[in-house]
Amino acid sequence: MRPIGPVRLAAIHLKVAALNEFQYRLNFFVQLLQSTVALAVGLIAIAVVYSHTESLGGWSQAQLLAVMGVHLLIGGVIRTFIAPNMRRLMEDVNDGTLDYALTRPADSQLMVSVRQFSIWSGIDIVMGVLVVLWAGLAVEGAIGVLGTLNFLVVILCGSVIVYSVWLAATTVTFRIIRGDYVMQLLDGIYEAGRWPVTLYPTWLRLTLTFLVPLAFAVTVPAEVVAGRLDGSSLVWAIVVTAVFAVGSRVIWRRGIRRYAGASA
Amino acid sequence: MSISAMRDYYVAASRIGFQRDIQYRGATFINILGFMIEPAIYLVVWRTVAIEQGGSVGGYSVDDFTAYYIVWTLVRVMNLAHAPYAWEWRIRGGRLNEMLSIPVQPFHRDFAYFIGSKFVWILMWIPVAIVLTLTFQPRLDPQPAHVAGFLVAIWTGFAVRFLLLYLMGMVTFWTTRGQAIFDLIVAGELLLSGRLVPLSLMPGWVQSVSNWLPFQWSFQFPIEVAIGRLSNIEILQGLGMQMLWIAGMGLAFARVWPRALRNYTAVGG
Repeated sequence: MRPIGPVRLAAIHLKVAALNEFQYRLNFFVQLLQSTVALAVGLIAIAVVYSHTESLGGWSQAQLLAVMGVHLLIGGVIRTFIAPNMRRLMEDVNDGTLDYALTRPADSQLMVSVRQFSIWSGIDIVMGVLVVLWAGLAVEGAIGVLGTLNFLVVILCGSVIVYSVWLAATTVTFRIIRGDYVMQLLDGIYEAGRWPVTLYPTWLRLTLTFLVPLAFAVTVPAEVVAGRLDGSSLVWAIVVTAVFAVGSRVIWRRGIRRYAGASA
Repeated sequence: MSISAMRDYYVAASRIGFQRDIQYRGATFINILGFMIEPAIYLVVWRTVAIEQGGSVGGYSVDDFTAYYIVWTLVRVMNLAHAPYAWEWRIRGGRLNEMLSIPVQPFHRDFAYFIGSKFVWILMWIPVAIVLTLTFQPRLDPQPAHVAGFLVAIWTGFAVRFLLLYLMGMVTFWTTRGQAIFDLIVAGELLLSGRLVPLSLMPGWVQSVSNWLPFQWSFQFPIEVAIGRLSNIEILQGLGMQMLWIAGMGLAFARVWPRALRNYTAVGG
């Protein structure tokens, strides 16, 4: 029997997750309320900052709105697609049930990355897109067709980068410490992407550029919308994405080779 | 329960809390690291604003912001309290049954646990504080009165926040969808407590609203005591406000708890 292709495998799991969550429609409204509250807090924070200054490290209010929109969008991608899978992976390692995923006739990394989705968190993706559009209209000079294409490329890169970092962190740490704290730490670090990384002191900026590259995952896409992107950033984003994708793959393969199963 | 029995119980329970957290010190440390990112972000943003406005904004200089957010980290560690979400888990999983079978109010058990674990958290916080201090170089010049006031205010501030979250947790006895309500209150706290930004940088009406709420007494007040922005009279007044909130919320809890229990049907356990 020929194994199912990766896209179909993901689509089937996504469908099951959707059917599952559609049973609990009230959760949609709870999530909607939560996302709205988070959005409101973010907008208020920006408003408070700009009530005291015209520009923040060279970013205007509309440009910062773009950063917030991208941060919300990528955050939604993490909460919908990435974090649920990584949490499940960690639980499986603890319970010894990861074997069920590893013995399937599909690539193990693919398998652990498409099993669990949190559909309602997709609201954050929608809200992120709306805020980005709003920012795009508010920034002077429309970004045009080429800019839109650029944006789609860098958003895709950003999603791959955060996926790679989350996977690598989960793989490395599930042997050392309790993984839920690492997830919390990653969530905390992700919060730093809410503001342009150019604001931060050098050590933090370097961390956010090379270790957890929010610079490429959030700031670069926002720069496209804000009309401040230079061509080299685009090339760098693609290079960094490739490095992180390959790197996380290598880390995963090593982790799995050393994995011995806990109980099963 | 007599006072001496209660005291013995608190000592024993807080010792358990201490031992539990010292056992998981690695996890506690990672947790603290995660906590430090939030104030570091605010600090960077507000320092940038202050510098761009010629060195100060809303009565806060660059140095003031630095001191504010570094003290913030200790205050945050101190005011960590029992998460209202945890009640949902207790009720759903039937774990409350076990707590109810012990002849001690669950409140005392939780409160004592947290007191004990504070000492572990403070230990773990010290290296982080050293790194932050070396990085941002705050200018702190505390007077004895400020130090004394701060040492009291962080504990009473903890009691304020603990009671507030504990009362919020009672909501879960009536609904399993408390999450949305908690999120609203947490957002309110973020904006109205001095956690995001000192309240003097907020519009006037926000400051008026926050005066009617308990949030600032477990965040901004202890911080301002430590960085010397308050007179001795203001410190005493603030401590008085904390006591008022503790008394008020304590009374409210005493009234709500029996009703919540009447509403509780054991599950599993």
